[in-house]
Amino acid sequence: MRTDQALSGGNRAVLHRRRLAREALNRIVLYTILAFCGFMFVMPFLWMVLTSLKQPQEIFTWPPIVFPDSPQWLNYAEALKYAPFGRYYLNSIFICTLVVLGTLTSNTLIAYGFSRIHWLGRDVVFIIVLATMMLPAQVTMIPVYVIFRKLGWVGSYAPLIVPAYLGSAYFIFLLRQFFRGIPFELSDAARIDGCSELGILRFVILPLSKPALITVTLFSFIYTWNDFLGPLIYLHDEELYTVTLGLQSFISRYWTPMNLLMAASTIAILPVLVIFIWAQRFFVEGISITGLSGR
Amino acid sequence: MYKEAHELNFKFRRLTRQERRNLRLGLAFISPWIIGFLILTLYPIAISLFYSFNNFGLLSPPTWVGTQNYVELFTRDDKFFTSLYNTVFFFSLAMPASVVAAFFLALLLNNKLHGVTFFRSVFFLPTIVPTVASAAVWMWLLNPQWGLINAFLRLIGVHGPPWLSSPEWAKPSLVLVAIWTIGSEVIIYLAALQEIPRDYYEAALVDGATLWHRTRFITLPLITPVILFHLINGTIWAFQYFTEAFVMTGGGPANATLFYALYLYRNAFTNLKMGYASAQAWILFFVVMVATLIIMRSSKGWVYYED
Repeated sequence: MRTDQALSGGNRAVLHRRRLAREALNRIVLYTILAFCGFMFVMPFLWMVLTSLKQPQEIFTWPPIVFPDSPQWLNYAEALKYAPFGRYYLNSIFICTLVVLGTLTSNTLIAYGFSRIHWLGRDVVFIIVLATMMLPAQVTMIPVYVIFRKLGWVGSYAPLIVPAYLGSAYFIFLLRQFFRGIPFELSDAARIDGCSELGILRFVILPLSKPALITVTLFSFIYTWNDFLGPLIYLHDEELYTVTLGLQSFISRYWTPMNLLMAASTIAILPVLVIFIWAQRFFVEGISITGLSGR
Repeated sequence: MYKEAHELNFKFRRLTRQERRNLRLGLAFISPWIIGFLILTLYPIAISLFYSFNNFGLLSPPTWVGTQNYVELFTRDDKFFTSLYNTVFFFSLAMPASVVAAFFLALLLNNKLHGVTFFRSVFFLPTIVPTVASAAVWMWLLNPQWGLINAFLRLIGVHGPPWLSSPEWAKPSLVLVAIWTIGSEVIIYLAALQEIPRDYYEAALVDGATLWHRTRFITLPLITPVILFHLINGTIWAFQYFTEAFVMTGGGPANATLFYALYLYRNAFTNLKMGYASAQAWILFFVVMVATLIIMRSSKGWVYYED
């Protein structure tokens, strides 16, 4: 009996050790696969930066040279001279700032109207808001262009900025989801104290919605920064080009030095990258809340 | 009839002062949206349908031509069929690949490991950089002669294809780029995976189910609603696919990457055939709607809903 028990105890220890070993092995396998996939995903960025720092003769070689002999930081200055990216930068920042401002003001007001005030027909109208998300942009693209052309806005930033002041279904949805979660007792208390609806939005709702507001700010900034079709349709004067449009015209030139093109791409990506590293959790949460990629 | 109208009237009269005040307030708050909806959505929808039955070159007012644009698209325009074919082909190549890739990466991230949030960010990163910039990078990576990908293939003794510059490989090249930008879908799949109760797996383990069985018979069925969502989004995405093709191939070589939205854009803004392009837009809308309905209808057969 005793020996039996001792044996089974020993057995259990062996089994336990085996299980631990198997788990450790599992973990190693998982990390290897993750590291491999992760490397594949960052590799294009790494190669972009490495190429941007190479001398021309280090680019077209076999076998490829991975690390440049001496990093050519001057390539960046060269790229900025080759095409006026400084100008494009200012243009993009200008558009993004006004778009973000418009997106924040219009969509907080609209989302407030859809979440914190009970009015007849509200939910029916909200379904229309959601339905507009299903509409392919191509259907409205041409008439909207014609409207802006009649207004004399084609060739200016107005068509890229003004729509942001009229709300966007995606951000209305995101903010409404957030506002709905704030206890109604808070607004009721403020209302009893004689606070107006705008006052409630300003002093009760907005201070409690910082994460959602940050998410909206980031998404609308990045979406505007990355936008290509809008600037492509509406901007013709090279002076007014955004970063993406400028980069595209850089690409389409007959002969563009690859290291300078990669330097320019790095310059175009940099602000997005900095914002992402600084605030990545807001992106992930934004997508998880709405289930939409926002693209 | 009279009675109903009367009742309706009665209902209206029954709006209390509070309710009327709320209605006014609510409409005031959403008024920016109402203006935007009327000017930038509703009116454009109506007038776009009108344009599609017109010859409209932007510089002169539209002239009515009846169904001519549609007839021409379906009977005489080879490029239209090329663009439709390219888009459907691209979709049927990219969609399964995206589902498998997103599901696989989400499964990887769903393990309790240190640093998974780091990898989640890594997978997500390509989706938020400007498409034009990533297009530039991929054009360089896929360069037939000096690109990194063919250099790697040469290293393992494979003669790499000419990628973007060959009609056969141009679409697969773009699929590769599409898989690289799968990050936001990965996050949506991951969110769904994290909702699955752990007891299901524990119960299956007791019954001796292997990893494959658990994935195939527990995870996969429970993730089908997300796949349905991904499929519907993917249809719309494929028909709006534009920037990558515009920048990387410009529709070439030999129209191999002339996708639907690209051909529409060209007709509208390069050829200034706005009426013709509007007809294309309505066909796009119709195709996407029908595809969505078919996918929804079919979903009863393969999407698993709990309870």
